[in-house]
Amino acid sequence: MKKLSFAKLNEFFAAIAAKEALYLPVNNNVGKAEFKQWSEGVELSHALNTVRSAKDFFFPQTENLMKFKMEGKSIEVSDDRAECEDFVVFGVRACDAASFKILDSVYLVDPIDTYYKNRREHGTIITLACGKPAETCFCGTFGIDAADPAGDVTAWETPGAYMLRANTEKGEALLALVADLLEEGCEKAVAEAQAKTREILSKLPLAGLSTEGVGVGMTKELFDRPEWKTLSESCLGCGTCTFVCPTCQCYDVRDFDTGNGIKRFRCWDSCMYSDFTLMAHGNSRNSQVERFRQRFMHKLVYYPDRNNGTFGCVGCGRCLARCPISMNIVKVMKTLGGKN
Amino acid sequence: MQEMMVKRAVELLENGTVDRVLGWTTGEFAYDMTPAVFRSADDLKNGFVYNDFCAANLSKYLIKECVAGGKILVFLKPCDTYSFNQLIAEHRIKREMIYVIGIACEGKADIDKLKDMGIDGITGITAKDGVYTVATIYGDATVKATDAMAERCLSCKSKKHMAYDELIGEDGDVVADCGRFDMVEKLEAMTPDERYEFWRGELSRCIRCNACRNVCPACSCEKCIFDNPGSGVSQKAAVNSFEENMFHIIRAFHVAGRCTDCGECTRVCPQNIPLHLLNRKFIKDINAFWGEYQAGENPDAKPPLGRYEKGDREPGEFGGVQA
Repeated sequence: MKKLSFAKLNEFFAAIAAKEALYLPVNNNVGKAEFKQWSEGVELSHALNTVRSAKDFFFPQTENLMKFKMEGKSIEVSDDRAECEDFVVFGVRACDAASFKILDSVYLVDPIDTYYKNRREHGTIITLACGKPAETCFCGTFGIDAADPAGDVTAWETPGAYMLRANTEKGEALLALVADLLEEGCEKAVAEAQAKTREILSKLPLAGLSTEGVGVGMTKELFDRPEWKTLSESCLGCGTCTFVCPTCQCYDVRDFDTGNGIKRFRCWDSCMYSDFTLMAHGNSRNSQVERFRQRFMHKLVYYPDRNNGTFGCVGCGRCLARCPISMNIVKVMKTLGGKN
Repeated sequence: MQEMMVKRAVELLENGTVDRVLGWTTGEFAYDMTPAVFRSADDLKNGFVYNDFCAANLSKYLIKECVAGGKILVFLKPCDTYSFNQLIAEHRIKREMIYVIGIACEGKADIDKLKDMGIDGITGITAKDGVYTVATIYGDATVKATDAMAERCLSCKSKKHMAYDELIGEDGDVVADCGRFDMVEKLEAMTPDERYEFWRGELSRCIRCNACRNVCPACSCEKCIFDNPGSGVSQKAAVNSFEENMFHIIRAFHVAGRCTDCGECTRVCPQNIPLHLLNRKFIKDINAFWGEYQAGENPDAKPPLGRYEKGDREPGEFGGVQA
């Protein structure tokens, strides 16, 4: 355990940034947190979380895949990916850190997504334990501990200083890089911070949210439930929930005509959209009730079915906060699930 | 208010005037109300809610409801009735299928404003005499309702209903001096470079979730060009930074003269982009070039961009920077 006094935070950021790009939550012009690259003068946001999730670092909204250049009858195909360099992200919360595992289970299994893997290998994550969770938080429902987040390094905010614990080799290396700014840490201070956070977590309105009634093997029970119709009735079919979600991982591959060639890129897709998985014969899900059901069944049943019961949601609460009509996974779980 | 609304809705359901009711239903945290259709007196008594957080404009849902048939009761706030009239004018909804109860509105709260004050862990909100008492797990907070009021309500253009079958509460007046063009004037006073920077900054946050379009009562096309893979402009995410700007600017052009300034686009934007300013610029210009016109005020009015008169101004006369 290491200790970084608040007074040395700026030096800490500067030392990391001198070596590789450092990103951290920063308040934007409308007072909302977003991940931005650190440079002298950039201040760490004290918001609980960013509007967009940290998945952007590994799975950006748009990404060039390859390009085609046509000349006469020949087509030249080239790899168009951007070179990835080492980078550090500071201030990732427990929910987002847990989401990386979910993304890994999709992108790092055969066939491995090399675009994603490349970013993942170059990234070092410093998580920050939550001190003041919001009513929309329910990571505990999925076994995530907001007071003890994963990541390469875990940081806790304690009176006067951050306590830092390296969890991986990457994390060790990072702390070694800034060793002269660190002092010996205090386990007791961490335990106190954790106890405080856990007490708050137990009082949150969604603290008792149960996964009973959803999960492995529930397809037959849930698929034809009449409640889907009422739950989805006022859904606008926008992509807000999917785009702010740290675990939504669907993308579309599109071609962009540059005039003298084609740029093939991928971009986030949303199962809420009418042209999602559009095929030659048309769309496989023609109504919003089917699309809506797909999103929640994927997170609460299909994903757990294929991943030893792990849910495809980390309880970050972004969809609760951002859905234009305030319909969300919690309302779905409470309506369809067992004892809620 | 809520009690009176439920009572009247139950009466209209039971006497057969309507077969369902469009309103709002309860949330998890006292502020996250969801638009909902109620089909029975029990549904209404158990789930219907109306408070300062019922901000959603229900007019657009009527398009879908009219296709489903039957007769629908809808509760509309004054600003929602402008959207309602505009949808009537565009033949997107059928007046005879809808029973409108106009409800008085003193402005709706914006939960983001409470959050920006550092109020979190909200477990309940009660309103009394213009003050919210917000119960949170970190202790109670009191906030003046006006301090938490949505921007669109602080510059409310009208507390008068433009359409209704009956009213609950007093009808108000059109607010002549609402100041809704103040920010537009500030933008107009900027240099083109400053204005470009302003919009680049705002629109760069766009995540192309389409919430603004999908909630917009003026965006009622069966299939949007941006969803049509054959259009060449269908893109789920911007391939370059130019596109996210064009999406919003094209959308603003498309709803120009039809946008009633209900402000739903800005309300739903997950990235807090002040999209309504684009629409207000068009409204202000239309007023200046063709005379005062408020979309949705009168469904029979001739829209300025939908008619031609010999004396109409020509593009070159409008001033501004010529390319």
